[in-house]
Amino acid sequence: MANSAVEIGIAHAPHEVPTSFELGKLGMWVFLAGETMVFGGLMGVFILEGISHGGWGSDGAHVNWRLGAINTFILFTSSLTAALAQGAARVQDSPRAKRYLSATALLGVLFLVIKAFEYAGDFRDGFTPLAALFWSFYYVMTGLHVLHLLAGIVVIFGLMFMVTPRTPAGWLERKLKYVCLYWYFVEVVWVFLFALVYLAPTAG
Amino acid sequence: MILSWLPQDVSTFGPSIDSVLKLIIYVVGTAFVLAEGTLLAFVILYRRREGGRAAFVPGESLRQLAWVLIPVVIVAFLDVAIDVRAKPVWDLVKEQSPTPALTVKLEALQFGWEFTYPGPDGKFGTPNDLVQTTFLTVPAGQVIRLLMTSKDVIHSFYVPQLRLRQDIIPGREIPAWFEVTQPGKYEIACSQLCGNSHFAMKGILRVLTPEEYQQWVSQHWPKSGAGAGKSASSARSSASGTKG
Amino acid sequence: MAETKPQSAPSTDAHEKMGFWRQYIFSVDHKVIGKQYLFLGLFMGYVGVFLSYVFRWQLAWPGTAVPIWGKVTAPQYYELVTMHGTIMVFFVAMPVLLGAFGNFLIPLMVGARDMAFPRLNMASFWTILVGSVLLLISFFVPGGASHAGWTNYVPLSDASKYLPGNYWGGNLWLIALAIDFASVLMGGINFLTTAIAMRAPGMTIWRMPLFVWQELVASVLFMLSVGPLIAGVVMLLFDRMVGTGFFLPEKGADPLLWQHLFWFFGHPEVYVVAMPGLGIVQEILPVFARKSIFGYRMIVWAVIVAGILSFTVWAHHMFVSGMNPVLAEPFSATTIAISIPFAVMLFAMIATLWRGQITFSTPMLFALGALANFLLGGVTGIPLGTNASDIYLHDTYFVIAHFHNTLVPTAVIAGFGGIYYWFPKMFGRMMNETLGKLHFVFTWVGFNMVFVPLFLIGLGGGQRRIYMSSVYTFYKPLQPLHVIATIGLLVIIVGQIPFLLNFFLSMFRGAKAPANPWHANTLEWATDSPPPHENFHTIPTVVRGPYEYSVPGMEQDWAPQAAAVDAGAAQG
Ligand code: HEM
Ligand SMILES: [Cu+2]
Ligand SMILES: [Cu+2]
Repeated sequence: MANSAVEIGIAHAPHEVPTSFELGKLGMWVFLAGETMVFGGLMGVFILEGISHGGWGSDGAHVNWRLGAINTFILFTSSLTAALAQGAARVQDSPRAKRYLSATALLGVLFLVIKAFEYAGDFRDGFTPLAALFWSFYYVMTGLHVLHLLAGIVVIFGLMFMVTPRTPAGWLERKLKYVCLYWYFVEVVWVFLFALVYLAPTAG
Repeated sequence: MILSWLPQDVSTFGPSIDSVLKLIIYVVGTAFVLAEGTLLAFVILYRRREGGRAAFVPGESLRQLAWVLIPVVIVAFLDVAIDVRAKPVWDLVKEQSPTPALTVKLEALQFGWEFTYPGPDGKFGTPNDLVQTTFLTVPAGQVIRLLMTSKDVIHSFYVPQLRLRQDIIPGREIPAWFEVTQPGKYEIACSQLCGNSHFAMKGILRVLTPEEYQQWVSQHWPKSGAGAGKSASSARSSASGTKG
Repeated sequence: MAETKPQSAPSTDAHEKMGFWRQYIFSVDHKVIGKQYLFLGLFMGYVGVFLSYVFRWQLAWPGTAVPIWGKVTAPQYYELVTMHGTIMVFFVAMPVLLGAFGNFLIPLMVGARDMAFPRLNMASFWTILVGSVLLLISFFVPGGASHAGWTNYVPLSDASKYLPGNYWGGNLWLIALAIDFASVLMGGINFLTTAIAMRAPGMTIWRMPLFVWQELVASVLFMLSVGPLIAGVVMLLFDRMVGTGFFLPEKGADPLLWQHLFWFFGHPEVYVVAMPGLGIVQEILPVFARKSIFGYRMIVWAVIVAGILSFTVWAHHMFVSGMNPVLAEPFSATTIAISIPFAVMLFAMIATLWRGQITFSTPMLFALGALANFLLGGVTGIPLGTNASDIYLHDTYFVIAHFHNTLVPTAVIAGFGGIYYWFPKMFGRMMNETLGKLHFVFTWVGFNMVFVPLFLIGLGGGQRRIYMSSVYTFYKPLQPLHVIATIGLLVIIVGQIPFLLNFFLSMFRGAKAPANPWHANTLEWATDSPPPHENFHTIPTVVRGPYEYSVPGMEQDWAPQAAAVDAGAAQG
């Protein structure tokens, strides 16, 4: 079924009118605007609840900010390799782009592995989602982020799989324009989460 | 007239609310009738006629737009007028709290009302508090203050004849006040969906003349104050009494 | 000249070879997807009407057995009301106005071959279909569908101890809603991208039909308002299924938080419904009055201003909720201010009729009926938006009558008008006028017979969501009004028979529709009825605005937006 849909999609006459917009990128921006409101809403609620409770107190002090910081660094690096992949795709160097992309995706996987250890540690110490309101927020916010990251990893692996020597030049470049945009967004969300969930409660 | 559908109005602030409502209904009703009248007139006047041709009025010049913008400015002006008229009424009902002659604690629960009177000592949380379910008995002509909490979900205290409505939220104490002008029995309704028997969450507001009320107090209230030697006949509770 | 003659066989007629399944079921063609949405919306709409029939019967004749249903119990009553509201707003109004008309019309109106992302478009339909099915399934799970009201206030909706047995119904409600939101978000990405980036040559933004403008603003409003509620829905699901306490006061949470999230979305949401509905009316009025819309640019600006303001008014639903009463004042002011852009739009629509040449075809009747009732819905918002009078009117049938007078004219009456107007384009055949007019009279008269009495019940103090009004003596004098309202609903229901006959018979038996049966200007009429798979044989070049009717000096009283394709008939 998926395959046939792809065929039909391609069967459509290409849009004849040249526009200055790239559809994929524009669509991604629109999508990310909606996503921003989801994460923004969640963080806003978290901040407001924090204020109305006079800070998160001892609950927040137990987050593992060291692992969080390592993960922040990992995501930074992954965005860097994503940008490098984009650069390589721009000069139509698909093999190099693929190498950078695999680095990006693998760094994403590394993030998830570390995150899994972090969750396991939290659980071991009794900080389950039911432990306190802070921890409920922690799991929902970071969990939603993990899902987004997972989706990004799947898409990047899919892209690498789809690029063959016969792929027309420019195809990967076009795709990466919005796939990387998504990846950067997921990274920025993490930076905000890191500041809100790891730094602010432990500092206070 | 549609306003005759309003129920009896027996609170001191009720007439103010009704007057805001009336003002709005007159203003907005006039605007509505004019707009619908214009619409109807155009529809009748400008039916298709054989060989006729419509005018070309794109409404792009300011001169043409004035036909719409001037009525809009009038609407805007009326809007402000309504807001200005409504503000003091909202203030009166929801933001001010006149010194009460009687403070009663109300606890709403699925699906009923519990009223706690401070008892002769005027303090809550003492053994001589009086708890009544369903019936809220108060004197006419005196300011009553309610301190409302909920045991479970959100409820809403609503008495149509008082023109008073206030949601009650679990985990918080929400104040409300009223003063009734006419003795009688009025229904208290819950006005926030609170479960399968929400529709039956009825209470009774029993408003007595001050004399009858004194009688009710002497018959029903616990006789002696456990704490201070305040007179048992006094239903007054000072504002500080509410902190018990 | 408006008929675009097929030029040459399009090079990409791969679809000719497509089987039934790919062409009609798993289609990526925006026109087919639009029709799929329309069928879904109509089906769910009649489910919603059926639910209202059952509870309205109970309201008029409490405790009697409802024909086809039987006696209504109190939990059933709340289930019916909740599902009626949920279905009507999220699974009727949005699929019809955004899904059906938005999908079908946006690419045609801006002169594109399809949506920007056809497969995403298909996914959006199948997503909402799954949501609809889940919601309908929830009627049959133990404990029935959600009883918590379409607003789903916490903590009532949070812990199943407050609504005994309603565990799965409540969960499925949340899941169906999340799926619905995801679907509309996908649709919105397509709408915005298509209208921004795929317009035909010459289709500047100031030549876009008002319907497209309103769909765009509606999509933006939805995108920017739904996010926090999606977060809230996820949190509430965690509360119910995992046991967290995001909204439970005993765990230190604030129950008003949900109301803020819900209404921050909820108010823009009613504009998400209202704007495309008004857009339909604004397409129909000029065509059947043979007049330019009055103040095109002014209307566009009014729509944008109303859209922006719609983010600043949400707490007018919460004046008496227990939030800080001081906040009621700014929210009252913004709410009343929002009447200004709407007054601009409505007055402009009335002014459009001035010195027109009005024909009362079925689409026009529905458009005029929608306009007349939207005015009533608009003015009755003022006493509710004014904090002082809302103390009394909040949560009464006055509110019900008010918002039905905004939602029904846009989603239902304008929606029907749109069906009659674009049916020739959608199905290539004309609908029957007599049946159409019959449908209009029954629907419109019935609708007013339902909701005018409800205003009076509200003024009389009658609260909404009351299963058995005989509990209260103050309700006694209001009861006859409930009877009138229910008879009105029966009138509406009878009026649907001519529609359904007309709709399905015309689809197969109706007279063949010409390309431009109404002599309208916008681009969708510049191609065949129904349009070919790729919409236009050649992409039209747009030479003028959408509403140039009866321009002086022109022979015809309409001037299509598309430049004539045949050199011989060239005119623009
Ligand atoms: C056939 C036409 C309709 C009739 C007769 C009707 C009737 C009603 C009535 C009487 C109620 C109030 C029930 C109560 O409070 O006890 C109600 C609630 C509601 N209706 Fe309708 N309605 C109709 C169409 C619509 C449409 C088209 C929409 C939206 C697009 C809609 C949205 C709602 C909503 C959101 C509620 C509130 C549900 C709740 O209280 O949780 N209705 N309807
Ligand atoms: Cu209640
Ligand atoms: Cu609103």
